[in-house]
Amino acid sequence: MSDLTTRGSDNSGDKPLPEKPHGILARPEYEGPGALTVADVEHRPRRSDLDPKAARRVERQITLMFLLSMVMVVLFVIAYVSLNSTQTVYIPVLGLIGAQNVALGVTFGAAIFFIGAGAIQWAKKLMPDVEVVQDRHRLASTPDQDAAAAAQYERGKEESGFAAYRILRRTLIGALALFPIPLVVLVRDMWTNTDPALEGLSPAEILSETAWTDGLPIVVDGTYQPIRPEDIPVGGLVSALPENIREIQKEFHNLNERGKSAIILVRMDPGEIRSQQGDGWDYQGILAFSKICTHVGCPIALYEHRTHHLLCPCHQSTFDLADSGNVIFGPAARRMPQLPIGVNEEGFLVARSDFQEPVGPSFWERG
Amino acid sequence: MSTTEKAGGATAQYLDERLGSNKWLGKNLKKVFPDHWSFMLGEIILYSFIVVLITGVFLTLFYKPSLVEVIYEGSYVPLKGVEMTEAYASTLQISFDIRGGLLIRQMHHWAALIFVAAIAVHAFRVFFTGAFRKPRELNWVIGVGLIVLALGAGFTGYSLPDDLLSGTGLQIARGIVQAIPIVGTWAAFLLFDGEFPGVDFMSRIYMAHILLIPGLILALVTVHLMLVWYQKHTQFPGQGRTNENVVGYPLMPIYMAKAGGFFFIVFGIIALLSGLVNINPVWIFGPYTPDQVTAGTQPDWYIGWLDGALRVMPNWETVAFGYTISWNILIPAVIVPGIIFTAMALYPFLEAWATGDKREHHLLERPRNAPVRTGIGVMAIVFYSLLWLGGGNDLVATTFDLSINAITWFLRIGLIVLPPLAFIITKRICLGLQRKDREKLLHGYESGRILRLPHGEFIEVHEPLPKAQQAVLASMIESHNTPLPAPAKTDANGVRNKRYRIDKLRSRLSNFYYRDAVAPPTMAEIEAGQAHVAHEAELEAPLHEYEESNYVTVPFHGGVLHEQGEPMTNAEALEADKGSERGTD
Amino acid sequence: MKALAAHRRHPLMALALLLIALGVVGGAYGVVTTQPTAADTVMVGDQTQIEEGRRLYLEGCSSCHGLNAEGTSAGPTLIGVGAAAVHFQVATGRMPLAAPGAQAPVKKPDYTAEETLAMAAYIASLAPGPAIPTAEQVDYTNADVAEGGILFRINCAQCHQAAGQGGALTQGKYAPSLMNSTPTQIYEAMLTGPQNMPIFSDQTLPTEDKQAIIAYVMELQQAPSPGGMSLGRLGPVVEGLFLWTAVLAAFLAAAVWIGIRAR
Repeated sequence: MSDLTTRGSDNSGDKPLPEKPHGILARPEYEGPGALTVADVEHRPRRSDLDPKAARRVERQITLMFLLSMVMVVLFVIAYVSLNSTQTVYIPVLGLIGAQNVALGVTFGAAIFFIGAGAIQWAKKLMPDVEVVQDRHRLASTPDQDAAAAAQYERGKEESGFAAYRILRRTLIGALALFPIPLVVLVRDMWTNTDPALEGLSPAEILSETAWTDGLPIVVDGTYQPIRPEDIPVGGLVSALPENIREIQKEFHNLNERGKSAIILVRMDPGEIRSQQGDGWDYQGILAFSKICTHVGCPIALYEHRTHHLLCPCHQSTFDLADSGNVIFGPAARRMPQLPIGVNEEGFLVARSDFQEPVGPSFWERG
Repeated sequence: MSTTEKAGGATAQYLDERLGSNKWLGKNLKKVFPDHWSFMLGEIILYSFIVVLITGVFLTLFYKPSLVEVIYEGSYVPLKGVEMTEAYASTLQISFDIRGGLLIRQMHHWAALIFVAAIAVHAFRVFFTGAFRKPRELNWVIGVGLIVLALGAGFTGYSLPDDLLSGTGLQIARGIVQAIPIVGTWAAFLLFDGEFPGVDFMSRIYMAHILLIPGLILALVTVHLMLVWYQKHTQFPGQGRTNENVVGYPLMPIYMAKAGGFFFIVFGIIALLSGLVNINPVWIFGPYTPDQVTAGTQPDWYIGWLDGALRVMPNWETVAFGYTISWNILIPAVIVPGIIFTAMALYPFLEAWATGDKREHHLLERPRNAPVRTGIGVMAIVFYSLLWLGGGNDLVATTFDLSINAITWFLRIGLIVLPPLAFIITKRICLGLQRKDREKLLHGYESGRILRLPHGEFIEVHEPLPKAQQAVLASMIESHNTPLPAPAKTDANGVRNKRYRIDKLRSRLSNFYYRDAVAPPTMAEIEAGQAHVAHEAELEAPLHEYEESNYVTVPFHGGVLHEQGEPMTNAEALEADKGSERGTD
Repeated sequence: MKALAAHRRHPLMALALLLIALGVVGGAYGVVTTQPTAADTVMVGDQTQIEEGRRLYLEGCSSCHGLNAEGTSAGPTLIGVGAAAVHFQVATGRMPLAAPGAQAPVKKPDYTAEETLAMAAYIASLAPGPAIPTAEQVDYTNADVAEGGILFRINCAQCHQAAGQGGALTQGKYAPSLMNSTPTQIYEAMLTGPQNMPIFSDQTLPTEDKQAIIAYVMELQQAPSPGGMSLGRLGPVVEGLFLWTAVLAAFLAAAVWIGIRAR
């Protein structure tokens, strides 16, 4: 049984080894009582220990595994040179799958697996399975060693004069505290502004404006065609973007503006609109809302046209588009920003101004 | 000696003269490791990490961390001619135009998933068996650090292909950073070089994924393993196993063969899995663009709990003096994970403080012998699982025909109610199991055989516990703790105890842990119990003779009363039988 | 009465009460709810298709959609929905609804093809609306699958999931899987906006674009899974589930095998 020291004391002090239990053979190379034998543990010999035929059978089994592994390597190379990525094969349970991947994977995997399985069988069935006992060394140092370390430290501290020279110490600490500052300052240019129009603006200000302005036509995402009001039926949904989105993307080589100015157009019967974010921001029942969820910024376009609810697939925030885009369920705290729209002389839908509140997720300076 | 042996010896000599390695080899080749399957979980982590590294190097030969737009001209037809980033295009190239590329990509992803899953199982094994106690607290803290790094490695890794699914995850991450008070917008702009998605962030997270995080992981894993080597592995209680020894098998040859073999098995299973089961089919999701999304948007499983937390959180936000604090984002994504990881890291110190236990522990505890710790662990699992469920709530809704709104409400309430319930139930189960163990130690185990004694009493015969099992059960003595006494407000001289408040808190915590502890039997009581069991065995012994025979000869008297001279007890009857001839067979 | 009172504590009394209660409730339900009956296919004389459609409509649809298709509290108006909407709803079995609820699921159709066309003709006769798409309209053989993929991801993936496996909507509704949809059904659905699906008119999403989307969905339906068993193409949740069940079991089995003593 284990030694039960009283609580509060640690395993310090050179305790003598516990009295050797009865019947253990000493195997001095393990620095401890040695191997556990039948007297202590019911050691059952394995079949391969007793029966030479069983041992030979295990040997054959392991040899077969290693040989199979080698065969699998050959099959891998054959599969590599003869299959391509368009070929498919039907395997029950797995379905219609790529032939190249399954052939390479199964051969490679089996080759490696059999090496492991063979090694394990070898260890389990052929190597000795008598448990051995080894002592643990005390982890804590002896009191003498503790004292020697303390003395060395004290002496070194004396000789360094760190405690004595007060001004030296304080100015050293000051210098050490300050020297990492350049490294921190260098991080500032992780953001460099390449757009002259955004020069001098803070992140919050940049987040608060999009490309939408008065008169900017609205185009369908994917086809980039302008839209007439009569194109959209009641219950319709159109994912839309500013007309100049592709020029903006080309000029700045990024998709940033898409992530801000993407909108959805929905049409409902004007009588069903209970409230809007501004008077006359709709056009004959067509409403334009931001497509970026105000929770953490996923695009949101699951529009249920009978309930007028807009659902975000990421965290299930739900907005009522017939009621100023107010939040009716889920973790979003703010309503979906609405874009005021109208029609230009040619009869196409255009924006009437930029959004009147920042689109996308909240931030500190949002107000 | 064979030529290989001679060469091996010469190499060893060569190295020894420069490194002094033979001394180390001599000592360590015979190092004993205890053997239990649950100790292999850490090996699964290590080996899957090695597979991740090897396959990762292959992937870096072909992957381009660039968000420059190109037109796809590879062999996957449904995306031909589509505009996409180089990152996405190179991922498609690996998957369809590099032979074996898809296999290696899938191996990398499966191995990464296994890596994190094995970390979770290993961490729970360490927690439930109390292996984090002195002297291994530092290793536990390193482990918690490794968990965080593993999550970071996974998140940056699966975002690299720049597909619609993982890009949405990055968009969410950015929204979380942006929501941090005061510095959020600046932090987000610095990280992403401006607005989202920008052009630089892919190469930045690439650097984090292949250099920074793996470097930190390798460094910490090295320290982690060196500590295990130096402090020696813990072992389960059992026969011959004490707090001062290690019982198991030597490094050479047994452990080399088993550990080496296990490496190949892990590697092989990962390769087989990657050949047979598809993972992360990025070609289905399409290239990322910040104005598109798919239904069923979830992160990889190990981030799923964070997503679930974001989903079930009520929409609390404070707007005051022109500033916004988004509690609905900060609580689930920043504050709660911060509390969880901090609590995890500090747990060994907390438990040691509560128990006042300063002993070294090299014997593992059976979970039932530490009911409060086990209860806390189960509570954590329930909490985590509920968040996980939340992360997949839309898939749960469509699979089981439920409403996502109902699931969300169930989780909002369940997250508060179910974990404490799980704690209470687990603790009670542990205490019950301890009482059963106590019974077994004192009375042996019930054999199910009923014995009628000569004077008419019926008893159930108990078998003595096998020595091996007794050793395991008796570990409850070692695990037993009693609560720390309540502190005194003043000491003997009437001086006020300055640490009274803290000591009271400590005493309260200690009571919480050990108030209900089941008192284990002492060794003396166990021995007395064994003597009693032996006595029962004696009573039953004579009957064993009948177990072999086909017939039992019972003298027939035609009545109930014995006639004079007839045997009165079974033993006497046996004696009489032995004297006369046994009946015909 | 006395007998009843005397036997009220009999062990079988509870069972008898239960059976009586079930019978009463079940019978009442059966009486109160109307069952949609399969239409009588006997035609009297030479009635036109529209007349036939009107007759079928009155029998099976008017209780919820109104005697003149003007709608009631139980069902929306059908005036102006067009033949395409009727064909979609009835041919997929969504209508008539088996029971009121959040979703109108696909089920075995209650009407034959001719009956469906007849009802469609009747509704179309009430007001102009989208017509059943012609064979040319749904012919996707010349469509660009890649373009269809782009449009699918813009317009469809947010509800139906990137691989067309379907997705959850609010309050127990869902966007169904597209894995068994025919080209005509897909076209009709886009055109008519069934239940809560929005309407994608031919002006904002022209026929060529719809054909491209159909081509992409057809591609999704028969696409092989290049990397092995597809696990439903539902994303990381199912992959994680598979990991924590099958894969972890394999590793734990290997670990236990290594750890236990050989026989």
